[in-house]
Amino acid sequence: MKLLWFHLMPYPDLPEDFKEQHPSVWVDIDSRLFDPARAHQAYNDFMDELEFAAEMEFDAVCVNEHHSNAYGLMPSPNVIAGALARRTRDAALCVMGNSLALYNPPLRVAEEFAMLDCISGGRLIAGFPVGTPMDTCYAYGTNPSQLRERYREAHDLILRAWQEPDCFTWNGRYNKLRYVNPWPRPLQRPHPPIWIPGGGSVETWQWCAELDYVYAYLSYFGYKAGEATLRGFWDEMARLGKDRNPFRAGFLQFVGVAESRQEALDLYREPAEYFYNRCLHVDARYAAPPGYTTEATLRSKVVSQVLAAATRSSDREAFGPPGIEEIVSKGYVVIGSPDEVAEQLREVALRLNVGQLMLLLQFGNMGKDLAFYNTELFAKRVAPQLRDLFEAEWENRWWPQPLAREARAVPREVRA
Amino acid sequence: MTAPEERSLQLAGSQAPVRVWEKGEGERLGVLGGLLGFPRWSPFLEAFARRRRVVVPSLPGFPGGGDFRVLDDLADWVIHTLDLLEAADLLGADWVGFGPGGTLAAEAAAFSPGSLRRLVLVAPLGLFDEAEPVRDFWALRASEVPAAFSARPELLFRELLAPPEGTDEVEWKLAQVRAMEAAARLLWPTGDRGLARRLRRIRAETLLLWGSEDALVPASYAKRFAEGISGATRIVSLSGAGHRADVDAPEALAEAILDFLG
Repeated sequence: MKLLWFHLMPYPDLPEDFKEQHPSVWVDIDSRLFDPARAHQAYNDFMDELEFAAEMEFDAVCVNEHHSNAYGLMPSPNVIAGALARRTRDAALCVMGNSLALYNPPLRVAEEFAMLDCISGGRLIAGFPVGTPMDTCYAYGTNPSQLRERYREAHDLILRAWQEPDCFTWNGRYNKLRYVNPWPRPLQRPHPPIWIPGGGSVETWQWCAELDYVYAYLSYFGYKAGEATLRGFWDEMARLGKDRNPFRAGFLQFVGVAESRQEALDLYREPAEYFYNRCLHVDARYAAPPGYTTEATLRSKVVSQVLAAATRSSDREAFGPPGIEEIVSKGYVVIGSPDEVAEQLREVALRLNVGQLMLLLQFGNMGKDLAFYNTELFAKRVAPQLRDLFEAEWENRWWPQPLAREARAVPREVRA
Repeated sequence: MTAPEERSLQLAGSQAPVRVWEKGEGERLGVLGGLLGFPRWSPFLEAFARRRRVVVPSLPGFPGGGDFRVLDDLADWVIHTLDLLEAADLLGADWVGFGPGGTLAAEAAAFSPGSLRRLVLVAPLGLFDEAEPVRDFWALRASEVPAAFSARPELLFRELLAPPEGTDEVEWKLAQVRAMEAAARLLWPTGDRGLARRLRRIRAETLLLWGSEDALVPASYAKRFAEGISGATRIVSLSGAGHRADVDAPEALAEAILDFLG
């Protein structure tokens, strides 16, 4: 199976009383909490961590896009991916991804992803999220009633722009372009693998099946909460006559490894509680703009993940914040010794039938030393126990096909 | 209170017929609903129907109003509104618009100034002043909705939000979300579609009505509308009423409108 090292880039200095003093981590978060000098250090730490993960031979490093969000400091993941393209050699670059409807024209995504694919020698995984309500409708003001139409049109435009050899005209509903002819074009042919991060909507599953894309369920609530969604996904695949190739599915899991379970509890308590209490403090008012969730999904009463997070956040008031024990017992974070973690993750991968496992080994306000420790322990003592899963029975048709290693450029050493 | 007559209108260029309610005798008076719509015949509409022939065509996204997801820009919305008013035999009549229905009535009046007699706007949307912003009613927690829309939240909940007995609760809720989405499709994110530049084309005599307790659209917007409109304007404040003045003060609102229309 594939092991992908995912970074959210959470701002590490939200105050202890953040929840009491501030309504939301997202959209209208107080900019006075942001210290650019602190961010300078944090960004560089985060990029060190991503580079270290690549060095530790994770199959991919992942970045994603958020706006006006204190737990996701990457309004442009492409900036980070550009740096990673030069500072890593073999790891796939999973940009998870660009919210297509937010780019005007969306050709920008076709261009930047093509640049990343060329610079990295064909290591790009192109993530195409719709984007959360907070990012798209509130922070970026996109009309929720048009968001999905714009997303679909942008997708069609980008795919054609990547594949059509001739300059063409696009007279779409939302995009009118007399000349479409991006330079550069992606290195991978016909195009880089496309992954769709999504909530639990049936339409997304059907779309992934139809176009043969990876569906990635990026939940912050772990394998226990994710099981129902993945079961729904696989039921739908069966209904559509698709095979159970586990590489069709991606799943995100927080993990903390140490020499023993107790040590792990001690080490990861603070960053986990920081993430689940401060970072996920999302105001419910930004969770459900009318039209964001399709009627079919509303009707089937599938509550989107963000809505769940927001509801959790407000429900929490009565119960108090979750501590590490609850975070672990509910499966939000898998912790333990390397063997314990490996055993649990094998079971998770098998039960959810997920071949593309995305791991959050840095989370909350975890410092660089601990992130390195967690990453190294995982790479050396957990990963070897997982890698063989699914590999013999199934082909991963959704992985980048880079140039041969010896054909790829090597950046020159820089003297500071 | 008896039910209104209900009929179906076939609009030019439109697939599905549109529902229209009519009741009362006298001159025809068109009513375009606001946020949350008219889920059922109401005391306010009834008060009107005692003196006028009230005509309430459903707007896109509201029950019986047809598909709004085919309307992409302001021109689509205005043309649809003019088609709707024409099909409902309301050209040359008096028009009353609430909230986003007020936006559409004002836009239709600006695009086609000869199409109406007098105009009544009840807390219309469509203008936006950063110094005194319209509240973001698409960013309300469910529990905040009644008090945001009404000075009598329990009444508003009962009349507009709660499903009538025997209604499928899921479908009822979906209809409400759909109506809010339709308004969002027209007005997201701030509601400003350039109406300020077009108000000068409204030559009709215009009444601007506001609940004194409107928590969504500040009452000062009445003056902004009045300053832009070329026709004679009158501003009336309804003491104690919120954004949905028709729910909070049905008789007083109907009285103020009928007094203006004569």
